[in-house]
Amino acid sequence: MAGIIGYGAYIPRNRIRVEEIAKIWGADAPSYKRGLGLEEKSVPSPDQDTITMSVEAAKKAIRRAGINPREIGAVYVGSESHPYAVKPSGTVLAEAIGATPECHSASFEFACKAGSEAMFVCLCQVESGRIRYGLAVGADTSQGAPGDALEYSAAAGAAAFLFGKENAIAEVDETYSYMTDTPDFWRREYQHYPRHAGRFTGEPAYFKHVLAAARGIMSKTGMGAKDFAYAVFHQPNGKFPLNAARQLGFSREQVETGRLVPKLGNTYSGSSPLGLTAILDVAKAGDRILMVSYGSGAGSDAFIYTVTGRIEEARGKATTTRDMLDNNKVYLDYGTYCKYRGKILKAE
Amino acid sequence: MRDVAILGVGMNKKWGELWDMSLRDVFVEAALNAVDDAGVDHLDSMYVGCMTSGLFVGQEHVGCLMADYLSTTPIPATRVESACASGGAAFRQGFIEVASGISDYVLVGGVEKMTDVSGDEATSALSAAADMEYEAYHGITFPGLYALMARVHMERYGTTSQQLAHVAVKNHKHGAMNPEAQYPFEVTVEDVLGSVMVADPLHILDCSPITDGAAAVVLCPLDTARKISKKPVVQVLASAQASGTIALHSRKDMAWIKSTNQAASKAYKMAGKGPQDIQVAEVHDCFTIAEIMVLEALALVERGKGGQAAESGMTALGGKIPVNTSGGLKAKGHPVGATGVAQVIEIIRQLRGEAGPRQVKGARIGLTQNMGGTGGSSVVHIFGAV
Amino acid sequence: MANPARYWREIPQRYRLEAARCTSCGEISFPPRLICPQCRSRKFETVTLKENGKILTYTVTRVGPSQFADQTPYAVGVVELDDGVRIMTQIADCDFDKLAAGQRVRLEFRRIQKQGDAGLLWYGYKCVPV
Repeated sequence: MAGIIGYGAYIPRNRIRVEEIAKIWGADAPSYKRGLGLEEKSVPSPDQDTITMSVEAAKKAIRRAGINPREIGAVYVGSESHPYAVKPSGTVLAEAIGATPECHSASFEFACKAGSEAMFVCLCQVESGRIRYGLAVGADTSQGAPGDALEYSAAAGAAAFLFGKENAIAEVDETYSYMTDTPDFWRREYQHYPRHAGRFTGEPAYFKHVLAAARGIMSKTGMGAKDFAYAVFHQPNGKFPLNAARQLGFSREQVETGRLVPKLGNTYSGSSPLGLTAILDVAKAGDRILMVSYGSGAGSDAFIYTVTGRIEEARGKATTTRDMLDNNKVYLDYGTYCKYRGKILKAE
Repeated sequence: MRDVAILGVGMNKKWGELWDMSLRDVFVEAALNAVDDAGVDHLDSMYVGCMTSGLFVGQEHVGCLMADYLSTTPIPATRVESACASGGAAFRQGFIEVASGISDYVLVGGVEKMTDVSGDEATSALSAAADMEYEAYHGITFPGLYALMARVHMERYGTTSQQLAHVAVKNHKHGAMNPEAQYPFEVTVEDVLGSVMVADPLHILDCSPITDGAAAVVLCPLDTARKISKKPVVQVLASAQASGTIALHSRKDMAWIKSTNQAASKAYKMAGKGPQDIQVAEVHDCFTIAEIMVLEALALVERGKGGQAAESGMTALGGKIPVNTSGGLKAKGHPVGATGVAQVIEIIRQLRGEAGPRQVKGARIGLTQNMGGTGGSSVVHIFGAV
Repeated sequence: MANPARYWREIPQRYRLEAARCTSCGEISFPPRLICPQCRSRKFETVTLKENGKILTYTVTRVGPSQFADQTPYAVGVVELDDGVRIMTQIADCDFDKLAAGQRVRLEFRRIQKQGDAGLLWYGYKCVPV
């Protein structure tokens, strides 16, 4: 049965705390922390971008899968911060991991669900038999406009998944996508920062699609919340996934392993995918996992995975997501953060 | 092969930031001074040492340009490039042309015009002396490369930042007596150690500056010089050059300048002299650590002990073997292509007895050492008063 | 605008650390060469460099060339990889005060240079302390 044969994550080591951002804009840090359910977020170094993080995450996935990268038939990166608007991030990634030249690539874009889209397409290609292995990465170095609510949460990270038909460490039992034209958050071409519709991004956007996708996949498979060991939802802040979990009947314990956002921030296309990697770092054979992404604009991709016995042997081959999240951190002040994120207007 | 002598020397009036002088202006001023000092009315050939007129001012074909502006066409005019050893390498080519019998009067000039670009563009241009794809690509600069060498030297031999600073202090003390120098003033060890860090552990005062300047000499057969020279005659006793790896990381020992040692060995042999015979020397102190390592490579001090030379006064005027009485690259300035030729001029002045307050009394044998990059090329010459 | 060819032809080295091992004496050349610097043989086989190594010497560049001017200060050093090959590389994600010769490092894929806002992005390896 087709599924994930290898996975890998990459989180940059820089962090900035909510307090540090709030103090510059005269905002009340405690209420932001409470309201967003978030304490700090990751920040990429100036020499890191969606491509560099994808390469590091992908190398780990390949190590865990134990395959020859030459046999990867497709390399897709889903992001809303591709370094090039025209020239897929996957071309550099594929070259770096040695998957070229007999390989397909394209850049995926759908706000925060570009990563899960790439995963969906790789799975289908593998299931059809058209390719032997497919690499899907969800990665972002998203930007939040200065002083805007999104500045507190827009973070950086990458999650990579290799899909194959044999020796899966997590088989895909089912998929379900739910998508409409719901303009809750968008970015026009050539604009530097995205725009969002405030409270409209909640109930008619995130919740409508996440809940519909979750209910849709559970109905399709005849499953309920109790059938899952873990669930991971898209995490734009610490509150939304808890709220979705509650509405769907999941317990706090079921979602806590994959809920990285309080210390990571929202890694956009990496959000639920990174949550999934953290779950795979600890899950046992037979555990069933529900993953539901969300991309503004809007849509959700749902997946049900069942972990196999191969997870134990594969997992130890690379660093865990929690290790990168919790250790070796460097805290930045707002000035350094702005410098790193290119928010300072410089002379030509 | 004929014996070769220096008939005339000349520099442009002063080295430094020469805003109103172009590349050709600086060179021609120095060249005319050399020609006048030589008292000749024609030349057979000329060489121009220049590292990168292309990157600094966008000008190539510099041999032709200078022959034109010096009004010496149609003599052969060739640019010689070997990064910071361009001047020394040009001198060697001029020496070979006279020694071979092909020409009698050869002008060798060196020039660099570095201030028509910004400071960081100059840093970039200078990095072209390194491996562009595997050193400069990663952001290494020249101070950075010498800082890497300094760290190895310091960790292995216990060389200290103070010892490095003493090199700058000594060279500034000499330079303060040189009216042509860019920085004719003294500095203290505290000044050096307190100056801003450029690439740890090198401070800005450990580094030679960005300079506009030119220097030129006229060479001729020794027999001719004996007949016509109005100044004491100085002979070229040896000319040697060696190449090394371009990248620092390709060297087995990153704290040893092998190409200088190889060129020096050949030079000593050719001159029939040894390090103990050298009474005055001009060496390539692009950075303070460079002088320290070069003294070792020239076998003027024991390997590893270079740090003690300036600190102990051994290489100061009045010491056992004065090094860089001109002020060196540090105080005199380092217009890259001109340096190798200016080093020769200082030694000629010393051996002629013309060095004024910088005179090393009774100096009869002198040495110049000029090098490119981190030692990818080294040129050593030995001179003798006749 | 610099022609991309100059960057593109070094990709196997910069992205995948492809080197050439002399089949006569075993010396590894990085980048690959046509003639062995050790024994002057002209036959090679392609090998990939090891990703782990140690710092031999390092410095912190505080005054950079124009292409790196806004990245200063940054650490750069000579690293000896576990297969004996030495490379020049930046040391990223490091505490300058904790840098030391002998420190173990691992290579990571990073962006080395940017050709302004509209030009190409140049990638390659840097090392990070382990």
